[in-house]
Amino acid sequence: MRHTKRAVTAALLTSVALAMTACAAGDSGSGGGEAAACEPAGEDVTLTFTSWIPGIEDAVAIWNEENPDIQVEVQTGPSGNAGTYQNFFNQLEAGNAPDLGQIEYDALPNFRVQDGLENLAACEDVVAASDQFLDWTWSQVTLGTEDEVYGVPQDQGPMALFYRSDLFEQNGIEVPTTWEEYREAAVKVREAGGYITNFSQTDINQFAGFVWQAGGQWFANDGDAWTVELTSDESVKVADYWQDLLENDLVSSYPAWTDEWNNAYNSGEVWTWNSAVWGANSISSGAPDTAGNWSVALAPQWEDGGTAAGNWGGSSIAVFKGTDHLYEAAKFALWLNTSEEALTSLNQTAAIYPATTAGLELPTLTEGVEFYGGQPIYDVFAEAAEQVNPDFVWGPTMTQTYADVSDGFKAAASGTGTLTEALEKGQESTIATLEAQSIPVAE
Amino acid sequence: MSTATGPDATSTSPAVNPRALARGGSAPTARGPRESILSRTGAMLVMAIFTLYFLVPIWWLLVASTKSRGDLFSTNPLWFADFQLFQNIAGLFSYRDGVYLRWILNSILYAGFGAVVATLLAGMCGYALAKYRFPGRETIFNVVLGGVLVPATALALPLFLLFSRVQLTDTFWAVFLPSVVSPFGVYLARVFAEASVPDELLEASRLDGAGELRTFFTVSIRLMFPALITVFLFQFVTIWNNFFLPLIMLRSEDLFPVTYGLYAWNSTINQFPELRTFVLVGSLLSIVPLIITFLLLQRYWRTGLGTGALK
Repeated sequence: MRHTKRAVTAALLTSVALAMTACAAGDSGSGGGEAAACEPAGEDVTLTFTSWIPGIEDAVAIWNEENPDIQVEVQTGPSGNAGTYQNFFNQLEAGNAPDLGQIEYDALPNFRVQDGLENLAACEDVVAASDQFLDWTWSQVTLGTEDEVYGVPQDQGPMALFYRSDLFEQNGIEVPTTWEEYREAAVKVREAGGYITNFSQTDINQFAGFVWQAGGQWFANDGDAWTVELTSDESVKVADYWQDLLENDLVSSYPAWTDEWNNAYNSGEVWTWNSAVWGANSISSGAPDTAGNWSVALAPQWEDGGTAAGNWGGSSIAVFKGTDHLYEAAKFALWLNTSEEALTSLNQTAAIYPATTAGLELPTLTEGVEFYGGQPIYDVFAEAAEQVNPDFVWGPTMTQTYADVSDGFKAAASGTGTLTEALEKGQESTIATLEAQSIPVAE
Repeated sequence: MSTATGPDATSTSPAVNPRALARGGSAPTARGPRESILSRTGAMLVMAIFTLYFLVPIWWLLVASTKSRGDLFSTNPLWFADFQLFQNIAGLFSYRDGVYLRWILNSILYAGFGAVVATLLAGMCGYALAKYRFPGRETIFNVVLGGVLVPATALALPLFLLFSRVQLTDTFWAVFLPSVVSPFGVYLARVFAEASVPDELLEASRLDGAGELRTFFTVSIRLMFPALITVFLFQFVTIWNNFFLPLIMLRSEDLFPVTYGLYAWNSTINQFPELRTFVLVGSLLSIVPLIITFLLLQRYWRTGLGTGALK
């Protein structure tokens, strides 16, 4: 799958480059500079909404039933980085973007920089709803600005520690609460013939979650220029930590989501996974033989008694530039992500973990989960969600950053480089990419 | 795609090896010039390896499609476990109101209908270029030949912007119209028409009073039939496998061809693991129409390719 994605991205980039040169001349003033007013259209409206979440149609059907004057049509496609984001950019270029679209937090700045999004701060209801969302999810859609809102948060991926409670118990190993203990446990697990976890060279998002937890920042934006800090102290600290585990053969390094990877978990070779809330499904379907043996604990901390959590994933519903129905679109986006009926539907059919505080109290999210020995695991994630640092900012060229860092991580996993070197390379090429797109970079 | 990277091609399962080797090894019936045993064994070995290389992924796909989600990771990847194929197929067909069947139907429409039109157009164009003399003939032919060199991928985005202008994106026509163009078909049809349609025959039919159209449809088209079948097959497979154009053009699930639909599912497997089984079974079933088409037309395309090569 990874290869396909690469190929598709490469193909998309090539064709975009072609189209850019082809259309640069003919493109004039379709966007318009002034902010659209957020007012009702006063007539029946049909909105188009693109999302790749299977089952989101169910929630939309509820809305369509209740709002005959604002009908929503669902359009779909592959997940964002697998093609839909590029389609959005193509559509913006061609002037036929949908009214609303699903955009993951790490891609929002990119759309913002390309001027592809409507500012929802013009819509009173949206601004008034800000305190319903967890602080950090809200700051993901405001991109750290005061009077700009580029989407309504939908879901989130607070990280915690999935672990094989049976194996830890049988071998008399304490479940680690700090990263130091985690390393000590890793040694014991290795002696018992397993690996404490798998360090995936392809999931830079997971690594970013670790940096996020350590209080690190990869990007900052002061309104004028971007600062790139892939090699900040916290980032390097995290890199060194995992480098040490890799070099001492204390973690495995299968590419994530492959059959080998699933098998490593299913066979008990790998004992823990530092993952997001949605990882619960990945384990239960990828390692079905281990049912009942898993538990969830808060993530290991850098300091004894610390309370910090990272985040991996999550997305928002944004309104695209050029919509004629900003008011209706904002109204729908808000309903989809705050109303109890929508959140319940999304949780049941699409396993969406909501971004609102009220959403975390949904009945399905407070019950015990059979696969996890009856533990109410979502309580742990709700606690972790409160601990996520709100200040983490994504850069506007994440696709490129992920690709470059991932290349370096692969080298590190095969012993021909280090994780820190990968970050240094990512730092350099990210700055180069920003400058190539005339996005100002602060030194 | 993760489905293809699963099996280790070098692992030797007793179940698959003898069969594949037998197939590769049963070839030396040809009465060619004598070769040394060494080179012949070498050739056999290479062929056997390639046979394995091509068959193992298909074998794996077949086996994986019959497994439940649990067995997929915990059992031998190259041999059957609990046989669940029919439950899996039933699950696939009922998932989201049978959208998969819709995709298959779409693919058959795009590929079948599209290839017929493309073949007809290419056949007429190639025939005209071969049998009529008119100014600019070579220029047109060279432009068409140039078209063979332009990858479809490079055209997809300009096409998208064009179709956006005329508001045809996200419609059946957005995928269908570009599919009926086949520069390679024109080239093949021209070469074949030149070789297989004698001028004398055309003159005879003109003397008998047949118009040009009638001559083409009653006389020439029959002589060109093997070539046209080849063009049809080429185009059918190309459209069936065309992925990038639908990716860029289509937003409505109801219009997806099966390749694009499966890709979309596969891209969300991380978060919706139940889709893995559907992607596997769906991939397996999606090659069935291709196989059927090939078997049905085998007789024709063999002669078609052969004739073209000899003349």
